[in-house]
Amino acid sequence: MKILVNGKRKDVPEGTSLSAYLEIEGLDPQLVSMELNGRIVEREEWASTGLNEDDELEILFFMGGGL
Amino acid sequence: MEMTEDQIHRYSRHILLSEVGGSGQVKLLNSSVLIVGAGGLGSPVALYLAAAGVGHIGIVDMDVVDLSNLQRQVIHHSKDIGRPKVLSASEKMTGLNPDVEVKTYQVLLNSENAREIAAPYDVIIDGTDNFSAKFLINDLAVLTGKPLVHGGILRFSGQVMTIVPGQSACYRCIFREPPPAGAIPTCSEAGVLGVIAGVVGSIQATEVLKFLLGKGELLTNHLLTYDALTVLIRKVGVRKNPRCPICGDNPTITELHDYEQPVCANPV
Ligand SMILES: [Zn+2]
Repeated sequence: MKILVNGKRKDVPEGTSLSAYLEIEGLDPQLVSMELNGRIVEREEWASTGLNEDDELEILFFMGGGL
Repeated sequence: MEMTEDQIHRYSRHILLSEVGGSGQVKLLNSSVLIVGAGGLGSPVALYLAAAGVGHIGIVDMDVVDLSNLQRQVIHHSKDIGRPKVLSASEKMTGLNPDVEVKTYQVLLNSENAREIAAPYDVIIDGTDNFSAKFLINDLAVLTGKPLVHGGILRFSGQVMTIVPGQSACYRCIFREPPPAGAIPTCSEAGVLGVIAGVVGSIQATEVLKFLLGKGELLTNHLLTYDALTVLIRKVGVRKNPRCPICGDNPTITELHDYEQPVCANPV
């Protein structure tokens, strides 16, 4: 099924959870926060939150630099 | 307050803008901004706000200038190596614009001193390089109701978000708590293309000027992300999170506290 991740079309298997999606992309869950269809999903709910067709997912990265 | 002839000349390109004009410039001259961090982000912020004639600027940083800072911290010069960053920055700012009164704080911002340092200022800018400081500054802004412009950089990318407490999402609405220490490279081990600090810091300075002038749309309820490698600039909509631990419906954080995280001090 097609979803939108950070503005880009992605094809993911039916029933993929947020946790599983991070795994597919090889992203460390500690490095990000995730917003699904405009709402932040709490970290504890990533495993139980499934993606659906046309979902809009934003993966937001911690950026700690500045000096 | 009347501007002098020199001031009218100095700020003429601002005054020409209908959104600024003479009255907007006078507003800037009467405004106060606190910059936390006199480094990569703090450099462009401090220089542009001083050039713009923001009348009162506070700058907080406990470090001294190190050779490895000069790749991006453009307010410091080679001759400043070993000198306190706040002094080096303050000299450049008042040298650029004697209208600006700069107050320096050569301390580490912490839960003990943060409220007192921030008290005289209208807006806070986060130019720090570690999560303990970023979360402290967010909490300070929310608990004191002071607007904050967050900025972060890493490698080839950066992010900016403007927070108007009570009205818009805060940093914790998106990032609930600091990542585990060591999970994310923040300091010398990660690296950053120096100019990224210039891009992100300049956007932060722009947000502050818009806020002070009351013009345009702020980056509130949005996280702006900039990726230099792909030249993608995205404004991601975010909203106030009812489960946010500090500005949500049932806040669990009601006081400032310090996180145990290494601070990126320079080897002196
Ligand atoms: Zn919040």
